Amino acid sequence: MIEIVDIYKSFGDNEVLKGISATFEPGKISLIIGGSGSGKSTLLKCMVGLHKPNAGRVLYDKADFTRMSFDDRIPIRKEIGMLFQNSALFDSMTVEQNIMFSLDMFTDMSRSEKVDRANFCLERVNLKGTNDLYPAELSGGMKKRVGIARAISMTPKYLFCDEPNSGLDPQTSILIDELIQDLTEEFNTTTIVVTHDMNSVMGIGDYILFLYKGQKKWEGSNKEIAHTDIKELNDFVFASPFMKVAKNSF
Amino acid sequence: MNNIGVGSLSLVGIISTFIGAVMTMQIAFQLVSDLIPSSIIGQINRDSSILELSPTITALVLAGKVGSSISSQIGSMRVSEQIDALEIMGINAPGYLILPKILAGITMVPLLVIVSIFLSLAGGLMGGALSGAVTPAEYINGITSDFNGYTVSVALVKAFVFGFIITSVSAFQGFYVEGGSLEVGYASTKSVVVSCITILACDYIITAVML
Repeated sequence: MIEIVDIYKSFGDNEVLKGISATFEPGKISLIIGGSGSGKSTLLKCMVGLHKPNAGRVLYDKADFTRMSFDDRIPIRKEIGMLFQNSALFDSMTVEQNIMFSLDMFTDMSRSEKVDRANFCLERVNLKGTNDLYPAELSGGMKKRVGIARAISMTPKYLFCDEPNSGLDPQTSILIDELIQDLTEEFNTTTIVVTHDMNSVMGIGDYILFLYKGQKKWEGSNKEIAHTDIKELNDFVFASPFMKVAKNSF
Repeated sequence: MNNIGVGSLSLVGIISTFIGAVMTMQIAFQLVSDLIPSSIIGQINRDSSILELSPTITALVLAGKVGSSISSQIGSMRVSEQIDALEIMGINAPGYLILPKILAGITMVPLLVIVSIFLSLAGGLMGGALSGAVTPAEYINGITSDFNGYTVSVALVKAFVFGFIITSVSAFQGFYVEGGSLEVGYASTKSVVVSCITILACDYIITAVML
């Protein structure tokens, strides 16, 4: 379980996060949604330690991550998997080397065990046989899936996904969502997804946190989101003509 | 090490050989006196190469070739979030990305400078012989007489410091780049400029302190 308590973050005079608190349960997919500049990615980066919050705490199973030293954070970091918006695969490494990277750095596994683990992860994301390809040889969707395979290589307790559907066609987006959902259930991970993809919101959002101008404006599930009377949330969720039409069926 | 050392060997070799050849001809051109033996050309070329030309020219060339490469490589990793990925995994990104490059720099640049010194002297021999400025025998007599081994120590100290400057400055510029590919380009250019200026400043300081 991850808890964030009263998180504040500003860059210079620009206050991006204004006292965000939330709890993210294991085995569930939690979505952080909001318009551009609402602070979604900043909140995610505060949670994984890439940004230091000005105030507030991030608790991983009650352990205060924000007050830990770099070395103290390492055991928790080993339990974190992250899928980046642009996949962030290491260009100079093959798909297999990317997936085996954490295993090389943090485990005593033999070479064959690591290859087996990499093959298992690749099979899990339907990319069997792509071991020797380089990231430059992969499509956007394949990169995302390799990113997921790398993220799950250490069987993480906490999985973070930064806009996993951006730049993907609708069918591939749904595949990625289903994959994230399957992995969350299979490994009982605490999964947190930053997105503004409404298909993801309606499809996999067990818990949804809506940010508006750096503040928590609403929280609930995908079953509740269509029935709120918060203007900012309705404007965000039902912005597209398709969602306006779909609203009547909810 | 392969990228910085072996990868730069041909460039450093070509530049050093030609500089040695040109130096010989220019020294011969300036020493137009029957009172000065031609072997002095070899001596001047040797000391100039060891003390200044090989360490400094090699470092300036490497600042352009290796420094921009390191800066753009690390900068690209920064803007494509690969460094963030390393940090989230719990890996000390500067230690993993920068330290090996600095170690390679302080190891390989002195080796390249030693190669450069030999090739510069060989280039001087060829340049002198081909132009008729100095005979090979006189040149060899010049470079072998009155040799002071301390000059090599000065050259190696310079090479060590320059190797550190090239790798650390360029890695710093790349590591802290913000923005996109345009900023990576700026960081790469800035790393070369800052490295070159720092190399020349340190060249002066080392020379003033050691000679």
